[in-house]
Order: sequence, then C-alpha cells, then structure tokens
Amino acid sequence: MTAQQIIFLVVGFVTLGSALMVVTSHNLIHAALWLVSTLFGVAIIYTLLNAGFLAVVQVVVYIGAIAILFIFAVMLTRKDMRDQSPQLNKNWWVGALLAVVTFGGLFFLLQSWSGFSRTAADLPSGFDAIGRLGEALVSPDAFVLPFEVASVLLMAALVGAVYLAFNRK
Amino acid sequence: MIPLSWYLILSAGLFSIGLFGVLSRRNAVAILLGVELMLNAVNVNLVAFWRYGDLAQMAGQVFAIIVFAVAAAEVAVGLALIISVYRRRNTVVANDIDLMKW
Repeated sequence: MTAQQIIFLVVGFVTLGSALMVVTSHNLIHAALWLVSTLFGVAIIYTLLNAGFLAVVQVVVYIGAIAILFIFAVMLTRKDMRDQSPQLNKNWWVGALLAVVTFGGLFFLLQSWSGFSRTAADLPSGFDAIGRLGEALVSPDAFVLPFEVASVLLMAALVGAVYLAFNRK
Repeated sequence: MIPLSWYLILSAGLFSIGLFGVLSRRNAVAILLGVELMLNAVNVNLVAFWRYGDLAQMAGQVFAIIVFAVAAAEVAVGLALIISVYRRRNTVVANDIDLMKW
C-alpha cells in the first residue's frame, strides 16, 4: 500500500462517516457541522486527484459560503424542531432501502464495466491544469457559453433569493 | 496508485447517503443538506473521470465548476424559500408544508 492509498482510505472513511452523521444527527447544527467535515474530506479527495483549484474552490465556496448559509438557516428556523420530535419521517425505512438498492445497483453496474479498476496515467511534466482550465472556461470553442449561462443563473438565483426572503412588513 | 474504482465506490456511497437523507428527513433544511451530499458525490465522479481519462480534455473540471455554481444557486433559493415558509406558516417540517396540496 502506498502513502496515497492510505491517505485515500482514511479520508474516504472520514468523509463517509461524517456524511452518515449529516443524515442521522438529531441536532441540525451538528448536522451542518458534520457537513463541513464531509466537504473538507471531498476537498482532500480533489487534491489527491490533482485538481488543486477545485479543492480551493470547494473550501471557499462550499465551506465558506454554503455551509455557513446552512448554519444561518438552521438558526433562523430553529424554534420548531428543537424538541424531541423524531427527525426521520415514518417511511424512513423505504428511503434506507432505496439508498442501499441504489448503492448496490451502482456497484454492480460499475463493476461489470471494463475500465473499473484502471489506474491513472502520470501527469506529463509541466502540465498546467489551472491554465488549461482557465483557457477552457473562456475560449469560444470550449465552454464559454455554459460559463456565461452559469453566471446568469447565479444572478437570477441571487435576485430570487432576495425577493423570496425579503420581509415586506 | 489508486485505482479508479475506489473513487467511484466512494462517490456511490456518498450519493446513496445523500439520497437517504433526502428521502427520510422531516426537516426541509436537512433535506437540502442531503442534496448537497449528492451534488458532492457527482463532483467527485466528474473530477475522477477527468483524471483517469484524457487529461487534455478539461470538460470534467469545467462541469465540476458549473455544479458548484448550480449548488450555490440552489442553496440560496432553497433556503430563502424555507425561511419564507417558516415566516408565514411557522414550520419547517416538509410534511406540514401542504398549502398547494389539492
């Protein structure tokens, strides 16, 4: 076992464990904090995949903005679920069954695919992933259109969120 | 080296856990937490296929970035909706939000 594999196993188990805590934890603030731990695990996975820029974006956007937004939302709507009422609905076993079936189905499908256990080619020396990513995002024969559409979507979501949460009184 | 299968299994596990959260939680904020887990699983898959496929094609990373943007938009609108519902109906339990049920 190489060092990379050990790091992957440790990080993977921490990520999955905290993801389980996110969906089962009784206190929602704790669930949001476990989500932060899961997101950190995924950021480390990106680093293992040589996608350093995405790891930084994961920390800045997901942990810095989205998880904090969740914590704010939990605190603003807290009065309701603080008591000992059950956190899972009465059909939770159907959800658990579907999740297990989904995992089993995905595993079965993937494991019958020939490229399942392939290993990565080494990065060519001097490979500039961030530079290539930047060029791909803004070059007209690559992804400039989805990039602009995403910015319009963010703008619309921002306006919509302000409109929805605005207190008229 | 880590085989591709490890990343795919991690991602499938994360996706299934998120699916369980979406289907079984009563609190609407917790349902959105489950959706975030599922989006992260998708992102791990996209980046893993970029790394193990053709490195010159940046589509995997570009789409991961677009998923980031969509996730941010989804959370902003979703939480605004939940806060708005909480203000009017004083509940965040998904079962009780049945104003539009026939």
